[in-house]
Amino acid sequence: MRIPLSWLREYAQVPADASAEDIMADLVKVGLEEEDVHRPSDELSGPIVVGQVLSLEKEVASNGKTINWCQVRVVPEGTEQTLTGKGIDPTGVQGIVCGAHNFVEGDKVVVTLPGAVLPGDFKISPRKTYGHTSAGMIASSRELGIGDDHDGIIVLSNYGLDPEVGTDAFELFGLDDQAAEINVTPDRGYCFSIRGVAREYALATGTSFTDPTTTVVVSEASAAGHEVTLADAAPIYNVPGCSRFVTREVTGINPSLPTPRWMASRLQLAGMRSISLPVDISNYVMLELGAPLHFYDADKLTGGITVRRANAGEKLTTLDDKERELSTEDLLITDESGALGIAGVMGGASTEVSGTTSRVLIEAAHFDAVSIGRSRRRHKLPSEASKRFERGVDPHIMQVAAQRAVNLLVELAGGTETTNITDAGAQPADVQIQLPAGFAGALIGVDYTDEQTVAALEGIGASVEQNSAGFLVTAPSWRPDLAIKEDLVEEVARVVGYDKIPATLPVAPPGRGLTRAQSQRRRLLQGLADAGLTEILSYPFVSESQNNTFGAAQAGTEVKAISLANPISKEFRFLRTSLLPGLLETARRNIGRGFRDLALYEGGLVFLPGAQLGSSVLPPLGVKPSDEVLAELFNGVPNQPWHLAAVFTGNEASAAAGFAPRAWDWADALDAAHTVAEILGVELEVAQGNHQAFHPGRAATLKVAGEVVGYAGELHPQLLKDSDLPARTVAMELNAAALMEATPAVVVAPQLSTQPLATQDVALVVDQDVVAGDVLAALREGAGELLEDVALFDVYQGKGIEEGKKSLAFGLRFRATDRTLTADEASEARAAAVAVAADKFGATQR
Amino acid sequence: MSDQTTGQVPDGESNVPHPTDEAGIQQAVEAALAAIEAAGDLNELKDARLSHTGEKSALSLANRQIGKLDKTEKAIAGKLVGSARGRVNKALAARTVVLEEAEAERILVEETVDVTAAPRRRSVGARHPLSVLQDRVSDIFVGMGWEIAEGPEVESEWFNFDALNFKPDHPAREMQDTFFIEPADAHLVLRTHTSPVQVRSMLQREVPVYVLCPGRTFRTDELDATHTPVFHQFEGLAVDKGLTMADLRGTLEHFARQMFGEEAQIRLRPAYFPFTEPSAELDIWHPGAKGGPRWIEWGGCGMINPNVLRAAGIDPEEYSGFAFGMGIERTLMFRNDVPDMHDMIEGDIRFSQHFGMEI
Repeated sequence: MRIPLSWLREYAQVPADASAEDIMADLVKVGLEEEDVHRPSDELSGPIVVGQVLSLEKEVASNGKTINWCQVRVVPEGTEQTLTGKGIDPTGVQGIVCGAHNFVEGDKVVVTLPGAVLPGDFKISPRKTYGHTSAGMIASSRELGIGDDHDGIIVLSNYGLDPEVGTDAFELFGLDDQAAEINVTPDRGYCFSIRGVAREYALATGTSFTDPTTTVVVSEASAAGHEVTLADAAPIYNVPGCSRFVTREVTGINPSLPTPRWMASRLQLAGMRSISLPVDISNYVMLELGAPLHFYDADKLTGGITVRRANAGEKLTTLDDKERELSTEDLLITDESGALGIAGVMGGASTEVSGTTSRVLIEAAHFDAVSIGRSRRRHKLPSEASKRFERGVDPHIMQVAAQRAVNLLVELAGGTETTNITDAGAQPADVQIQLPAGFAGALIGVDYTDEQTVAALEGIGASVEQNSAGFLVTAPSWRPDLAIKEDLVEEVARVVGYDKIPATLPVAPPGRGLTRAQSQRRRLLQGLADAGLTEILSYPFVSESQNNTFGAAQAGTEVKAISLANPISKEFRFLRTSLLPGLLETARRNIGRGFRDLALYEGGLVFLPGAQLGSSVLPPLGVKPSDEVLAELFNGVPNQPWHLAAVFTGNEASAAAGFAPRAWDWADALDAAHTVAEILGVELEVAQGNHQAFHPGRAATLKVAGEVVGYAGELHPQLLKDSDLPARTVAMELNAAALMEATPAVVVAPQLSTQPLATQDVALVVDQDVVAGDVLAALREGAGELLEDVALFDVYQGKGIEEGKKSLAFGLRFRATDRTLTADEASEARAAAVAVAADKFGATQR
Repeated sequence: MSDQTTGQVPDGESNVPHPTDEAGIQQAVEAALAAIEAAGDLNELKDARLSHTGEKSALSLANRQIGKLDKTEKAIAGKLVGSARGRVNKALAARTVVLEEAEAERILVEETVDVTAAPRRRSVGARHPLSVLQDRVSDIFVGMGWEIAEGPEVESEWFNFDALNFKPDHPAREMQDTFFIEPADAHLVLRTHTSPVQVRSMLQREVPVYVLCPGRTFRTDELDATHTPVFHQFEGLAVDKGLTMADLRGTLEHFARQMFGEEAQIRLRPAYFPFTEPSAELDIWHPGAKGGPRWIEWGGCGMINPNVLRAAGIDPEEYSGFAFGMGIERTLMFRNDVPDMHDMIEGDIRFSQHFGMEI
């Protein structure tokens, strides 16, 4: 909401020298947030004065254009020019070349004299043009930034003005005014008016305030006005769409009279265009009092007005010339000819006030916030009116607002007031709230006195009755947001001042620190960074094909994913089932910026819809749902396990003099997975992989206790090619949540034997397609409990080994807890180990 | 080695002094000492040793002749030659020490490298600063005895809105720019704030409750210099008997000082949120702000609306509470002068690596 200071000053005690910034600094204390300053004089500076065209000679220039060579008096006749400076003629008559042709000798115009600056940093100075020295400019409304009139220069008589020559144009056009723009929260609809803001300003500064509604005297009705029927057959939440509908009639207006400058300039500063006198009056009253009005050309109405919901299939052409399909929830203003407008949202074209209107019917109505909000959303028709109705309009001021409009139409448009008044519907009952004594102080931590409490509440317009239990407060009619005692506490606290609230530090009961899962996630994120990887955070929005590729091991699986109804990009409307698409996208972006050696990781949620997605129940506000309903809500929230994933591409480090870095390879991806598992103290089982996103021969399926928890290895060459990523890019992804669950509750300490170590090596020949991990597991199984460790130290194929076979060399470490092992004991254990490998994989000793 | 020593072997017996020839022996000793002194390195010293103490050296040959002498001469010669050989060996040992030290010195000089040309053999990793900041904030509250609570990102509409006292048709609900999950009747959203964790925490815990809820949140904003559709918040919630807005201010002040130093100041301004009453905007005084010191909007806060307590089954006549919420991106932006939101969300490694493990 933009507040022109001259307007605010009419109802509040604003110091003469206060700037918009000062006003905002005061208003912020009561909760109206500062947004912006609008000050024409920031872009415009004088001298800009009223001049009279003494003579005008038309000359055809060499380019064929006709110009006017004008002599313009800029000081009152008989006085001398007091201004000095380059191009200021001491006689008070300036020679000016003007290209516009909409004026004649004798017209009063606006002259920007040399030294003036116009919007866009346009400096006025005498200049040679068309064979003359033009000392100034005759201004158009566009050049002054006060309108977009294309029809030439400002002729003051067209604005209904006849000021003395030499008058300062700043004051004349309200260019010396300024507006403070404030942000109004949705609970404070009344602040979308000068009336509301003036009251807040008075509260913020402790000064007095005049309610503009008290200065309007509503005429006595002499007869019933236009026939109005309120016939809402389908109220929303049992609230009738229209609770009150006042009409007034003004006859014999002249709609082509200009809007007075003071009104036009205030509207403009408030951010609204000046359109025509009747429309401007309606907007002016809305801005001043906060009550949106609608004017009808009474002669275009057919019979009485009925306010009702739209019929199925009904259509309406709105003021923006669009034909709109109506919903049966839309509240309409209709007459016998059909729909005239969507109530409180937008009027219809058929009964619009136009240049031929003489009889105006004023509508001052009160519409339900919910009904208006739904129609506005449905038709995407945000308007100044709907904005106010949605946030609550004072239901008590319909008569006053209508009268204010009547008065202005009479005063400015030459109309005649009639006192045929319709007042359909009823004023809602007052809202009363009991504020217990001491409650505000107890909630805020400030000992408010009764005087402070009463003064604050009366300051916001409430009436307060002190009773034995505290205060019985009648909320002001313009504050539908006040409903419970806590609402009143906020009013007391903010009027007395939030800066009066002291600081005390409450003591929480002894805490338990981070949960186990929280510490684990931290250690994992830190652990991967310590291992040389860089953490990134990517958006969870992916495409269907990305989910189908990364979200399932088996190609051709249609991955069940959650989709957004209103995504930012239609293609990426799904929520990720894997972290890899985001990591690969980030890798590609870094490579594009010239960083080819990357090790990236991310920890985050993936989204896996289960059998039940969401729940159709939506319990009401302010009540704890039953356990069954809560269970239903909890169950409907999809499974969102925490994953950890990493991508490596390029080299481990950048190449440098005397240093050839190692390229990342599939084993690094596995290594990262092992790092994660080891941090958690979980053993990861590695099996030859089979995930469609990975190289079929260079990836591992990772399991814990037989359950798949992730994949690691080289990404599929075709996938890398298709996604424009370097060959041999490797990756891993783990369901870290599952790993965390597998962590032992308590790690049992190891038994460290100090007996001597006995080592035995063995080379086993197996078929080429037997994997080392399986043979190793067999050795471990067969070796018995004397085995401390076993490791693969060589793989050999070639001379001495049959075609299709390979030799795997293992080092076995044996140790007993209680004695030195003999060579025979160690050899026996080794033989037992080999026997199992032979049995399972046909392994033979080399 | 042989070609280095061949020429050094003295030829014939002509140079060999008689073992009783004092002058001759003295001459041989002097020759040996001169050769030892002249040796410039261990190799030359080895040559000198072979020439002057080797089997064919004058002193060795003279020594060998002693056996042939009579008893009296033997005694004289033994003493003379023995002493001569002793002097030479001593000189050899002394020279060896000197030359070995020089050799060691030379090797150290030769092994000098250009330490400024050292390559980085491993890239150092880094946490994302948003993730580090989130931990830092959590630690401050854990230090105050608070617990950290978490919740899902795809959330039930009831937890995100209704339980927080957002009326179905209220403009406030629309201001949240919500991502809705299909189908609409599933009543699921991407949570627009971390506030639903408030309600979950109250349902899942016994009062008193003091929890901080950090996490990722979503709004349908297009990405630009100051907006991102995916961002992070942390939300604080305290429910206890007799909590006041002064307690809220004290908690925020303490937190602000932990984050921004002892000089930090906060300001509360009246505001509106459906889930708090009274409500306030929280500003922080930023002395180092670009463009001069000023108040910066940091977050929202207030006393928990009794309807929110009721939705969680807590009696608002018995308990009161406060809540506050701030954006992590926003905090990092003005705390660490991040010029553009893009830097925080694009995953450019330079951004995270600049911070390393610290913010």
